Amino acid sequence: MKILVCISNVPDTTARIAFEDNNTKFSKNGVQYIIGAYDDYALARAVELKETHGAQVTVLNVGLADSEPQIRKALAIGADDAVRVDAEPTDSYFVATQIAAYAEGKGFDLILMGRETTDYNSGVVHGMVAAMLGLPSFSPVMELTVEGSKAIISKEIEGGKQKIETAIPAVMGCQEPIAEWKIPNMRGIMAARTKPLQVIPAVGSALTGIINYELPPAKGACKMIPAEEAGTLIKLLQIEAKVL
Amino acid sequence: MSILIFTELADGKFKKSSLEAISYGSKIDGSAPVVLAVGTADETSLAEAGQYGASKVLFSSQEQENIMVYSQALLKAIETTGAKVIVSVKSALADAVMARAAGTLKAALIGNVTELPDTTNGFVVKNSIFSGKAFAKTEMKSEVKFLQIKKNVVEASPEGGNATVENFNFAADAMGSSIIETQKASGQLSLPEADIVVSGGRGMKGPEHWQPLLDLAQALGAATGCSKPVSDLDWRPHHEHVGQTGVKVAPNLYIACGISGAIQHLAGVNASKVIVVINKDPEAPFFKAADYGIVGDVFEVLPKLTEAAKAL
Ligand SMILES: Cc1cc2nc3c(=O)[nH]c(=O)nc-3n(C[C@H](O)[C@H](O)[C@H](O)COP(=O)(O)OP(=O)(O)OC[C@H]3O[C@@H](n4cnc5c(N)ncnc54)[C@H](O)[C@@H]3O)c2cc1C
Repeated sequence: MKILVCISNVPDTTARIAFEDNNTKFSKNGVQYIIGAYDDYALARAVELKETHGAQVTVLNVGLADSEPQIRKALAIGADDAVRVDAEPTDSYFVATQIAAYAEGKGFDLILMGRETTDYNSGVVHGMVAAMLGLPSFSPVMELTVEGSKAIISKEIEGGKQKIETAIPAVMGCQEPIAEWKIPNMRGIMAARTKPLQVIPAVGSALTGIINYELPPAKGACKMIPAEEAGTLIKLLQIEAKVL
Repeated sequence: MSILIFTELADGKFKKSSLEAISYGSKIDGSAPVVLAVGTADETSLAEAGQYGASKVLFSSQEQENIMVYSQALLKAIETTGAKVIVSVKSALADAVMARAAGTLKAALIGNVTELPDTTNGFVVKNSIFSGKAFAKTEMKSEVKFLQIKKNVVEASPEGGNATVENFNFAADAMGSSIIETQKASGQLSLPEADIVVSGGRGMKGPEHWQPLLDLAQALGAATGCSKPVSDLDWRPHHEHVGQTGVKVAPNLYIACGISGAIQHLAGVNASKVIVVINKDPEAPFFKAADYGIVGDVFEVLPKLTEAAKAL
């Protein structure tokens, strides 16, 4: 089996969000980068499938050279080789175009990624890639097993879930509890240093452009209500906040 | 401009968020949008789209929620109407459907849109990014544009008359996929759609202690949510998990019970209009993001709130 796992390189979920150059650029100053939280689940499931079924796992990132520590981490977790498309991941369409262009004709059985990135939260790259390649797509996928040329998945829907059987190849946006996040061990980290990481140029261009950013207005003070008088909160919510 | 709205149905009717999407679409340049509805619904409910500004509803009756089929319906509707702007709400279903259509048409797609587009110079939208921690103004440059609006950013209030409803047919291809089983909690309020959410964290101490929270939710007509560890521990079902890696809610009122307010949890609730926090620790970070706070034991505070709510 051949599995392609697409990972994003995003600010840590606890990073302070700030902008520079007149609010036209995200400030990377002091920001720790990580593999997108959902992509990490996709990677973990791919590595599990490799252990149980045998598979070649390739990771792909659309990003500049500063993504490489995260790509190496994915290799340390258990991917076999990596591809970096050398470009800033400017919008969903652009990223999907790169993934589809790379995957075309390479015979991947599964293309896995997170349900959304944790920076722009678009949640659409998997569907776009699938449409570009003429494949079925599913998201958010919470369970994935492979039996021959079929996959059985459990997908979250509003207020519940669907069990689906599908032909593969297919594209999937993953979320927990598809697998537990994996932490690289020493052997993995050593092995990752010599695993192949290919850098390829991008194709095409983005369809959107960010003009500027802004931060939300600061939150006002929190009104404290003594626990003994908790009931008065309901009146405040009705009369003052007007939400009841 | 020809505008098409991709809507979602629940219990035979438009979801509230889809009515917001129709209202939004009708305000883009004042022209009445066409609505696509896929699923099961009755004609009277569908005609209500007119009260939110739609001229016509294209209805494709489908027993099962299959993404491939839904996206083919959308592509066919775009072709039929010649729509240049396609609007939906931001949801997992719409993400999957809009993405496939935009990918096929090589069109720009922007999610979490919070305001009407500015068309004075090109086509610029404002969208929420970093799970609500910032906003971007983004120019969309393709001829066909896909917009997914954030829930609860437009008011959907009925006026106007009814829309005409047409049955809509197309060649559906599930692309080798079939739905074996659908499990859906019935009779429960939908968490992403709810106006009020009561949510519990690890401070609730265990699944057997959830009753006081459920009582308050019932008294307020609220949906219930939880923090990630709570669903990881299987105290509550996974679809109740709220946060950066779970459901992002935007209710008018969010009540957090025994949740510390980790940044990843806040990322899923910061679009709420009013936030109430109940926590025994006065230093809990959630108070910094709250409008009203009570320092106290949830098991003492919740019954008092329920009693007051019942008296409303
Ligand atoms: C990449 C990543 C993504 C994540 N995504 C999410 C996410 O989407 N959603 C999410 O929720 N978390 C997420 N987390 C986890 C998050 O960091 C926190 O660990 C989690 O939100 C804490 O849950 P909690 O508040 O229920 O538990 P705790 O942090 O343990 O807090 C329990 C709180 O209950 C209070 N308490 C205890 N007893 C009582 C009582 N009797 N009465 C009143 N108060 C009481 C305590 O004072 C405490 O503040 C993520 C973490 C990572 C690393």
